[in-house]
Parts: sequence; structure tokens; C-alpha cells
Amino acid sequence: MAKLSLKKLTKSYGKVEVLHGIDLDVDDGEFVVFVGPSGCGKSTSLRMIAGLEEITSGEIWIGDRKVNDLEPKDRDIAMVFQNYAIYPHMSVRKNIAFGLWNAPLSKAEKAARIEEVARILDMSELLERKPSQLSGGQRQRVAIGRAMVRNPAVFLFDEPLSNLDAQLRTQMRLEIKKLHQQVGNTIIFVTHDQVEAMTLADRIVIMKDGHIQQVGTPEDVFHAPANTFVAQFIGAPSMNMLKVTGAGDEISLSSGVKMQPGRQTQTGRPLLLGVRPDDLSVDDQNPIVTGKVVVREPLGSETLIYVSGPQGEIVAKVPGKSGVKVGDEVKLGATPEALHFFDTETGDALV
Amino acid sequence: MTAVSDTSELPSVKAETVLSARSRKPANLGQILRWLLLFLGGLLMIAPITYMISTSLKWPHEIYNVNLIPEEPTIENYTYVLEDGRFYLWFINSIIIAVITTVSNLFFDSLVGYTLCKFRFPGRYIVFIAILSTLMIPTEMLVIPWYMMSQSFGWLDSYWGIMFPGLMTAFGTFLMKQFFESVPDDFLEAARIDGLNEFQIWWKIAMPLVKPALAALAIFVFLGNWTAFLWPLIVTNSVEMYTVPVGLSGFGDEVDVAWELIMTGAAISTLPTLVVFLIFQRFIIRGVVMAGLKG
Repeated sequence: MAKLSLKKLTKSYGKVEVLHGIDLDVDDGEFVVFVGPSGCGKSTSLRMIAGLEEITSGEIWIGDRKVNDLEPKDRDIAMVFQNYAIYPHMSVRKNIAFGLWNAPLSKAEKAARIEEVARILDMSELLERKPSQLSGGQRQRVAIGRAMVRNPAVFLFDEPLSNLDAQLRTQMRLEIKKLHQQVGNTIIFVTHDQVEAMTLADRIVIMKDGHIQQVGTPEDVFHAPANTFVAQFIGAPSMNMLKVTGAGDEISLSSGVKMQPGRQTQTGRPLLLGVRPDDLSVDDQNPIVTGKVVVREPLGSETLIYVSGPQGEIVAKVPGKSGVKVGDEVKLGATPEALHFFDTETGDALV
Repeated sequence: MTAVSDTSELPSVKAETVLSARSRKPANLGQILRWLLLFLGGLLMIAPITYMISTSLKWPHEIYNVNLIPEEPTIENYTYVLEDGRFYLWFINSIIIAVITTVSNLFFDSLVGYTLCKFRFPGRYIVFIAILSTLMIPTEMLVIPWYMMSQSFGWLDSYWGIMFPGLMTAFGTFLMKQFFESVPDDFLEAARIDGLNEFQIWWKIAMPLVKPALAALAIFVFLGNWTAFLWPLIVTNSVEMYTVPVGLSGFGDEVDVAWELIMTGAAISTLPTLVVFLIFQRFIIRGVVMAGLKG
């Protein structure tokens, strides 16, 4: 177990820079999730930590060692790949044993470690099977076992759940979280799925175009997004964005509605008002938006309603039993604390 | 769904479609022609072998009769060839040469193919194209330089002399490079993290994943060297260094070629090729590579 530090990490392919100076400190035993759309540099960062990609500039520290020039095997890391990469010509036992290739252990000690890992992952009875005889979830478990058996300072997961079906993904997500609580190693986990990021992470690193947008706990990034990108990337459905104009302690919407957000805004300044679908309630006394329900998506415990009004279309999440129907006229409002303001040009949050 | 059920379902699905296609449509002219063509092709393949075996069972006076079943079948030829000590020598020479060449090709062709496929280094394409371009030079053009080379190195009339041109082939390198393309880099990277060195990654991870290609290459190289005639004929002088094809061509005397003995020798010498094929064909199974990846 160890800390991990990235210092001004950059990566270029030829003249194209894809990572622009990443700075990050990960605490010992922390579960950090890198999340972002494809091409944001999250996998590249992970592969650089693993030593599978060369570092263009900057430093990577694991514990108190700078690992820039160390081979992957000497970095005290283990990695789980998106498509498992368990060796198809070997039994599960041998696959896991490969994780101990360089470990200075006796045969008996190695065997004991393998048994132990198999027990934790609940696959003792699968040890003699070949990968072709395993299901997708079992294969991913073997891949995790091969990483676990090394007991590395840092675990690296590269979208390990993307190839599983929805139900299995939820199950494995839970298992990985339990596993982390059990073994307590530092984990860096890459995903493009914001639900995975929210549920697993101690801290989330949100990336876009090779830049870190925000680092924070799931609550931080959800309730206090640093900019419009984070605001819209985290949370489903995405945060509604409305164009507004500031006017002292009031703001006015393009529809003409005026409201008191409970804070001061510069008069005449164009702003973006963000409000999460979950924070909107129907039949509000001081509605932000009034309009007609055009689409209704029941999800069981809650229902999504898409409301079309003079300010465009926005989505709200209402209780499943609220009885709102398509065609209904609704007044959507939110408490002042639920409102987020962003600069129109930079997209940065205004505090 | 597991891969087990995937693979077990495939053949049965195929069999069903074939069956239903067969039962639904009566054979049309095109189909009959196709079957006929295949039948003739089959005959064409089997004819020389049948003729070889038939001739090996005939007496000398009968060999120019085209009848398939000998009038007086005899195993005299087999007794003669097997009792003639020279045939054993040639047989052993051929085995030694074919086995060493095959092993050497499997090792070096795949090593070079792997390097060209999985490593990025300057000049990679030039090396690859240089290797490929040697495929365009016919053997007939090469035997004279080979001979001169053997002569100056003192390799004439030796195993080394017979083997050296074929210890590594451009074709094998190309074949293996193409097959290594199908091995996902994730396997190699996983092994790199596990702590294997580059040679171990190639030997322990990549090689087992291209077994089908290795099997195919082994069959090609073994057969090629087992039946090689021109170069062994040129490079060998003494009867003891002959390979089976060179030795067999010498059966008979100045005025007469002993076809029945040549055919007998040929029939016996097909046995090792059969054995090689039976050993390696079971490795030629597709889809082995994918089993370790997503399901």
C-alpha cells in the first residue's frame, strides 16, 4: 500500500499533446475513479502509471519512489484489463500464479496465496478450469485474482466492467467495493460510466480533453460541480441549463420570469442557471419554468417528465406516483440552494 | 453465455442449415456440376497415390500396364528396399534434416515474425519488406550461390550444407507475423506487468496462442524438406548423404529405371508425412486465441 502522486504529467503522440499536465495526489488506501468521455486521457493516464505508456514529461511517484523509468513489473502495481486478458491456454490456477511470477516465495507459499485469493473471490472450485469454461463475470474475477495475488501497492482497473451485462456489472461493482474495504489497497479505477464512478469512488477525478476538470468526493462533484461540463456529466439525466441574466439580488429568465436566487448577481451579466432534474418540484409557488409535459418516462419509483416551455425543454424527476400526465401544465421550481450558476463563456461555476 | 456453449452450438447450427438446404431444394444442374467437379478433383488427388501403391506391388514386367490391381501382387519390392541398407540411411538423413529444419523454422520464423509484429522500432518496415522480397527469388536462381557458399565454407556433402538454406524462411516469417497480429496486446501487457521478460512473454504467452499457425507451419516445412530434391541432389555427392528423394531417383541402372522400387520407396516415405500431419492437425483449431478475452 502506498500513496500515488502524479506531477505535471503530460503525454504527446508526435506533436499532438493528449494529456496536459496532470497533477494528482492519491492517499494510501484511497479508491480513486478516473471518469470522462472517450478520448479524455483517463486510460492513457492509467497506462502511464502502469508503465505501459512512456511518460512525455512530468513525474509519477508510488510511495517514496519515482517510477518514471521503472519497468511495469518493478512498480509494485497490478492491473485488470477491460477484456480481462487472462491467458486462454492456462488453467485459472496457473493464470493467478502468473501474478506471482517474480515473487520471492516458495512453491508452498505461492500455492497458499492462490488458495487464499480464490477463497476471497469465491472461486476455489474453478481453479482447475480453463478460461473458455468460465462465464464473463468469472473471467473478470480471475483477472482480479491475478492482480490481487500480488498484493500490490496500487491496483489499476481499466474499465473492467464494460464488457459485462448490466446486472453482472452492478454485482461486480459491489464486489469490487467490498474487496477494497477488505484489502484496503490503493485503487485507481478508470471508467466512462458516471454511475460506476459515483458508487465506487472515495474521490472522483473528472477528465476532459486531457485536463482534469474536478477532483472531489462523489458528493462534491454532484452538489458543487466546478463547471458546466462536470455538472452535466455527473448525474442522470443531466443537469438542466437555462440562460439567465443577473440583476442584483434577482435574475431574469429569457421567458421573462424573475426570481430571487438568494445571492447577488451582477446586473446585466448573462449567466447559466443549472438545476438538477431531481431538485425540481411540480406546482411550485415560485416556479422557474412553466410549460407542458411533452414526454413522460416512468422508471417505477420515479418518473421523468420532459417539460416544454418558452425557455426550451427541461427535464424533471418526480415521484413515481405523482400522477403527472402528458399534456399537463406544470410549474417547476426549486429551492435556492439547489440552483447552480455558471459563467456563460468559461463555463466555470460562480460561488 | 459461456464460451463452452458458444463453441458447441456452432457446428450443430451449421449441420442444420446444411441439412435443411439439402432437403428443401432438389439438386439442380449447377449443383450436379459442382459435385462432379469435386469428384474429379478428388480422383485427381488420389490417382497418383493409388498408382504409386499399385506399382509398388507389381513385378518389373508388369509396371507399364496401367491396371490398378496387379496380376500377381507381390511384396518382394518392399523386402528388397527395406533389406537394402542404403534406404535406411537415406530415411534417417531425411528425418534428421526435416526435423531440425522444422524446429528451426518454428523457432526463428516466429521469433522474427513476433518481433516485426509487436515491437515498434525504426526500420521495421524496411526489414519486413526486405524479408518478403526474398520470396520473389526462385530456388533455381539460388542454388548456384548456395553451392558456391557451401563450397567455400566446406559444407558440401554435409547435413549442414543440405539444411542451411531452409533453416529460416521468409514465408514462415510472414505467416507468423500475420498470425501474431491476432494476439491482442493486452495479453502481452498483462504478462509484462506480471513480471515476465520479453523473451518469456513470447515463449510462454504469445507462442501458445498461435499454436494453429505453428502447426500449419510445421506441416509445410516438414513436407517441403521431406520432399526436397533439387538442392539435396546438388549439394550431396556420397550415397551415404543422400536424402530419400535423391536416393530413390538413383534406383535402377544406366539403362533401366526401377520404377517398382522407386514407387515402393516413395510409398514407405509417405508414412512420416502422414504421422506429422496426424500429430499437428489437431492443433489447427480456430478460435483458441479469443477464449481469454471478453465472453
